Amino acid sequence: MSTEQGQRAIRCLVAKVGLDGHDRGAHVIARAFRDAGFEVIYSGLHKSPDEIVQASVQEDVDVLGISILSGAHDTLVPKIIDGLEEYGALEDTLVIVGGIVPEEDREELYEMGVAEIFGPGSSMEETIEFVREHVPRDR
Amino acid sequence: MSGDESLIDELLAGEHRALARVITKIENRSPGHRELVSRLHDHTGRAQVVGITGSPGAGKSTLVDKMAATYRERGETVGVIAIDPSSPYTGGAVLGDRIRMASNVGDMDVFFRSMSARGSLGGLSTSTTDAVKALDAFGKDRIIVETVGAGQNEVDIVRMADTVAVLVPPGSGDDVQMLKAGILEIADVFVVNKADLDGADRTVKELREMVHMRDASPMAGHHGAGPSGIDDGEDGDEERQPPIVETVAKTGEGVDELLAVLADHAEWLEATGERDARARQRYADEIRTLLRADSAALVEEELEARGGLEEYVDAVVARETDPYSVADEILAPVAEAVRERREAREN
Repeated sequence: MSTEQGQRAIRCLVAKVGLDGHDRGAHVIARAFRDAGFEVIYSGLHKSPDEIVQASVQEDVDVLGISILSGAHDTLVPKIIDGLEEYGALEDTLVIVGGIVPEEDREELYEMGVAEIFGPGSSMEETIEFVREHVPRDR
Repeated sequence: MSGDESLIDELLAGEHRALARVITKIENRSPGHRELVSRLHDHTGRAQVVGITGSPGAGKSTLVDKMAATYRERGETVGVIAIDPSSPYTGGAVLGDRIRMASNVGDMDVFFRSMSARGSLGGLSTSTTDAVKALDAFGKDRIIVETVGAGQNEVDIVRMADTVAVLVPPGSGDDVQMLKAGILEIADVFVVNKADLDGADRTVKELREMVHMRDASPMAGHHGAGPSGIDDGEDGDEERQPPIVETVAKTGEGVDELLAVLADHAEWLEATGERDARARQRYADEIRTLLRADSAALVEEELEARGGLEEYVDAVVARETDPYSVADEILAPVAEAVRERREAREN
């Protein structure tokens, strides 16, 4: 509680992009993150990549979790990554993807800068643990 | 250090990322944030700051969204700080106000930042004040601070705005009743949002009655016992009655009128010298808050150096001493040092 110590919390944006309207998973993860003590900003449904970039930059989040179940990850994720890069925000934002991403598409996303992909069956604990371990510390 | 220096330069040069990062440092109370805010101060004082408060579900976020969009149509830049409560147990929070910002999508000239009511009492109002300074120094023309109006903490936050708008949803008289406890006094403007709903007229009427009651009460008024007129002919006299505006945030109805009323209030502040008076008051409050926090931190430091409170508590439990004596003992050297210095100055 000492003022010198500071009060740091992990900030996350849980984002839904594109036309996909399945937000059950996003809600569940948002709540799990909150219960883990994170500060969670939820984007709401049907956001464009630009909006997600705007929100990530303005909110200065440590973690951007993109939930995609539509299969459009190969077009939407690159747009977000490029946008983050444009604002110089990519290097210290941990980008993770949740949803359905076929095995053959994964390598490309990793190369682009996605830190991890959580498919169906991933546990909350696993995801939270990953965030805690990989969140950029030096801010 | 030099990293922070360039961060300020980037902020002043209009880089959004730098602004976002400075606010993070302010929120985290990171090492060096004091120097950052100190450097910002010189560049502040230009923005018009509006505080918006009201009960949960009153439509604050939706209204703020529409206000921001209207300011943008007029070519003004906008900063928004939306404060949400956090869990006292985990510290976690879902900051949901951003979802409502649908009208300002992709417009970087609306800088929207969610903040959680993190940490201790008083800390939040300092963080918010500092974050507003960052937006002001960045060059935002309009700054809106939005918070749930639930208690003293929130009242402290909106108090640092030039103009405070209190949102009241139509419905039972209970809402208006609740306002009496502290929130009524801080309103410069009342907004009855969702004015298309049943009961809006009644709420407006109740508010009007209450505003009059406030003026009639001997406790009321910042200007002592000056008896004020009963009707809303507010021109000329220093006693000002908060106007009541009806809006439907969802459709944007009444938003132009609200902005006009806010502009009127800004003019009134300027014309009466109230703006300067409030600014002085705010700075005085700010200094006091910092002094309290800093002296508390100094005491913490001293406690730590003494190995914590445990032994003192043991002694108190054993009736060897008592809490007052312990406090005196710990604080004695501080008090001594302060008094010594003061005497040295005076001689």
